[in-house]
Amino acid sequence: MDTSPHLARAQWMSLLAQSDPAELAAAMDGFAPPADLTWLRPAQTGLYMLRGRVGGTGPQFNFGEMTVTRCSVQAGDHIGHAWVRGSNARHAELAALADALLQDGEQNPSLCRDVIEPLRRALHRRRDEASRKAAASKVEFFTVVRGE
Amino acid sequence: MYVAVKGGEQAIARSLELLAEARRGDTAVPELELKQIREQLRLGVARVMQEGSLYDEELAALAMRQAAGDMLEAIFLLRAYRTTLPRFGYTQPLNTSAMRVRRRVSGTFKDIPGGQVLGPTYDYTQRLLDFETTSPVEVSLADAPLPSNVPRVLDLLDAEALIERIEPGSDPEPIDLTREPLTFPADRATRLQNLSRGDEGFLLGMAYSTQRGYAESHPFAGEIRMGEVDVVVCPEELGFAIEIGSITLTECQMINQFHGGNGVPPQFTRGYGLCMGEGERKAMSMALVDRALRCDELAESSYAPAQNQEFVLSHSDSVEASGFVQHLKLPHYVDFQAELSLLRTLAAQHAAHLQTPPSASPQEDGKAGPDAACSQEPDPTPTLPCAQGREQFEAVKT
Repeated sequence: MDTSPHLARAQWMSLLAQSDPAELAAAMDGFAPPADLTWLRPAQTGLYMLRGRVGGTGPQFNFGEMTVTRCSVQAGDHIGHAWVRGSNARHAELAALADALLQDGEQNPSLCRDVIEPLRRALHRRRDEASRKAAASKVEFFTVVRGE
Repeated sequence: MYVAVKGGEQAIARSLELLAEARRGDTAVPELELKQIREQLRLGVARVMQEGSLYDEELAALAMRQAAGDMLEAIFLLRAYRTTLPRFGYTQPLNTSAMRVRRRVSGTFKDIPGGQVLGPTYDYTQRLLDFETTSPVEVSLADAPLPSNVPRVLDLLDAEALIERIEPGSDPEPIDLTREPLTFPADRATRLQNLSRGDEGFLLGMAYSTQRGYAESHPFAGEIRMGEVDVVVCPEELGFAIEIGSITLTECQMINQFHGGNGVPPQFTRGYGLCMGEGERKAMSMALVDRALRCDELAESSYAPAQNQEFVLSHSDSVEASGFVQHLKLPHYVDFQAELSLLRTLAAQHAAHLQTPPSASPQEDGKAGPDAACSQEPDPTPTLPCAQGREQFEAVKT
């Protein structure tokens, strides 16, 4: 297990970005935003250039762009950031707020329990279902032997 | 040259009203919701995103509705919109090896590790129009999901050193055609960016030409995979990498024959195609054209249109192509008046010449014979520019 201090944060930031915005909003409903909230960088939509690799594994090439919404918020001593795919400002705001609150030692356990874990399970469930559906269309070949 | 034409504002306003009315159609029919387009016309959305070069299903659906289903117009709208947004940066390279596969087939090996997974495809439909309204389908679930890292089919050949290996090397910073103009010769990374944005119909035709003999690539579909890939960025504010979402991609690895040469042993070579969403036809076409454009690098004889990078890359973009073709609708009144005036003069000269008796000229000038008068006439069999081009093409071919 990587003990890098950034690892846990990278994981929750990734999960918040990968989550369904409606599920994130529902999970965050129980957490009242602190009174001293400062939106350092209100939600802003821009572009990231997606990079691919030639042949999948070779040198990089510029593949095409993607909309991304970013947002930064200060809650107490902690600054929360978010970068999420798409143009959903509310998604970015909630993810930035959750990132700020998760950095707070007192609030972290309850957020992990009531926000992060349910979102992780939901994401896993969706991916597992999609993969099982695909796996159901796997071909079982019967070889027809010729000329033997 | 065309000149500014004043007036017509009112007519233009009326035209926009007519366009809006035509776009909306019968108001007794509910307007399409973006969610409906996104969910039920997903392949159209994918094409608009890919050729509009902007992954955003909502915006692509909006563009399709605004363009009344004209895909090239929708692509144009998306390209125009992206110029209004700030660029935050470049993502880390997409790791298609870790794709959460929903479809994965190979035309080269029957038994591939991980299996052939058909996924949602039109390949096995009868192409018969179905007049029944669609009802929800109960989808079967396998007992277990697919492996999280489905191995690449081409790695099987790589183990035997029978296929060229593609490695990052010094991993140079690629040229970005949204910031720099296209110059020739273009390297493979630049060509792939151009082909990614290229019109599917154009690339399909070019790819088809390589199969019909206008290039010698002898292709096999080594692997086609479709599924979701995480997008990873490393913002300066953080200093570490995070996932910011997933996108659907289709990747095609084409395997092509190569007899060796230039110090390289005989081995298979690769063509590569990558496409947003489910875009198998586009990814396969891109891979075939990518391979054909590698003719110089592989010291292959180059004679076919699909091997000519200036020809392919300069004409692949539908926004540029439709802009130039359609600009002919703009006022060219002065240009045309000049041409018209010239043609009237020439026609008058031609008529005057026919009316002049052939015996008249030698009497006026003893040195000038009938031959001189004849040389004034236009050549009855002019060499057309296209005929010249064809001769050059034939010369190059042989």
